[in-house]
Amino acid sequence: MSILAFTSLLFGTSVLAGLLGALTGLGGGVVIVPVLTLLFKVDIRYAIGASLVSVIATSSGAAVAYVREGLSNIRVGMFLEVATTLGALLGAYLTARISSHWIAIVFGVVLLFSAAASIRGKYEELPKTTPNPLATTLRLHGCYPTPQGEKRYTAERVPLGFGIMFGAGTLSGLLGIGSGAVKVLAMDQAMKLPFKVSTTTSNFMIGVTAAASAGIYLARGYIDPMIAMPVMLGVLAGALIGTRILVKVHTHTLKIIFGLVIVILGCEMIYSGFSGRI
Amino acid sequence: MPKPTDKELDCTIAKMLKFGVSVAALVVLAGGLMLLRHPLLTIPDYSHFHAVDASLRSIKGITAAAFHLNPRGLVQFGLIILIATPIARVVFCIVGFIRQKDQLYTGISAVVLIILLYSLTKGAH
Repeated sequence: MSILAFTSLLFGTSVLAGLLGALTGLGGGVVIVPVLTLLFKVDIRYAIGASLVSVIATSSGAAVAYVREGLSNIRVGMFLEVATTLGALLGAYLTARISSHWIAIVFGVVLLFSAAASIRGKYEELPKTTPNPLATTLRLHGCYPTPQGEKRYTAERVPLGFGIMFGAGTLSGLLGIGSGAVKVLAMDQAMKLPFKVSTTTSNFMIGVTAAASAGIYLARGYIDPMIAMPVMLGVLAGALIGTRILVKVHTHTLKIIFGLVIVILGCEMIYSGFSGRI
Repeated sequence: MPKPTDKELDCTIAKMLKFGVSVAALVVLAGGLMLLRHPLLTIPDYSHFHAVDASLRSIKGITAAAFHLNPRGLVQFGLIILIATPIARVVFCIVGFIRQKDQLYTGISAVVLIILLYSLTKGAH
């Protein structure tokens, strides 16, 4: 294939991946890695290298929109980034040691989980347990606006949340994705933070987590300019368009359709991993 | 200097992130357009992993290549700016926490920064 054809195809696909990632809230990486490996037959290590770079771009690019809502909690984010960045180092270390078959299989499982999480959507608030002493020491609290006025919240089960965040970081470093779904899980389900606070704080954390494995990817030669260039620019463009559309259209049906696409990609990744095609 | 509120800190950081991503995207685009100067060349085989050239894997090598306007070096240089953006975010947070006289979170942010710098400098080993 010529450079022009390869770059244009990759750019177009990445725009779509970015759109899909923004509309499902899963991020572009979740779509771009399976598409690069299954469709473009690119080695999975180049795919995760390009994906990780696009993850940093979309997360940082979207920060302005999120900050306007004033919901993200920088203390919660910073504290949990200790866990995600350490996890990301472990993940990036594992990528070089695990065969690409297993990376594909783990990727497929994460896709299936992410699809389920995106369709499930907002989790209902559960009754509060006693305040966590660790949360008080670390000041993991804040308030957020509701129709009934400002509402205070405090993090619960801090060690559990921290542990899940370490896992989210490991997956991010291993698979070159933002693993936003797992980060949100750690905050809204384990730590019982409000859903909106969890999603906006998660977006803030994704860039820093990805940066922790990006250096290792770069040094190992996973980030190829020929692939990363159209992918980064495409996913970023797609994500920017996606966030504009998101405000205008009713997303429930779209979410289900995209959820199905991701389920199919997930099954295909697992199958390809087991059959040795990846 | 007055203590910045968390919200003000957030806004400064978000603007900085947007700026970093914009600069990175422009540099990558410039390198990309130069890569397309020979549009009909065949792409290398990417179905097997054989790692990027050693000169495009280190910050030193990439910076040198970018200053010689090597197209691939320029793309990589843009990507380094991109990777540096979230790191700069952590630095901004440290400064903000110091101004808020928040020692606990100055320390926590410093730990995150050390992990990030470790990855960027020692990544190869």
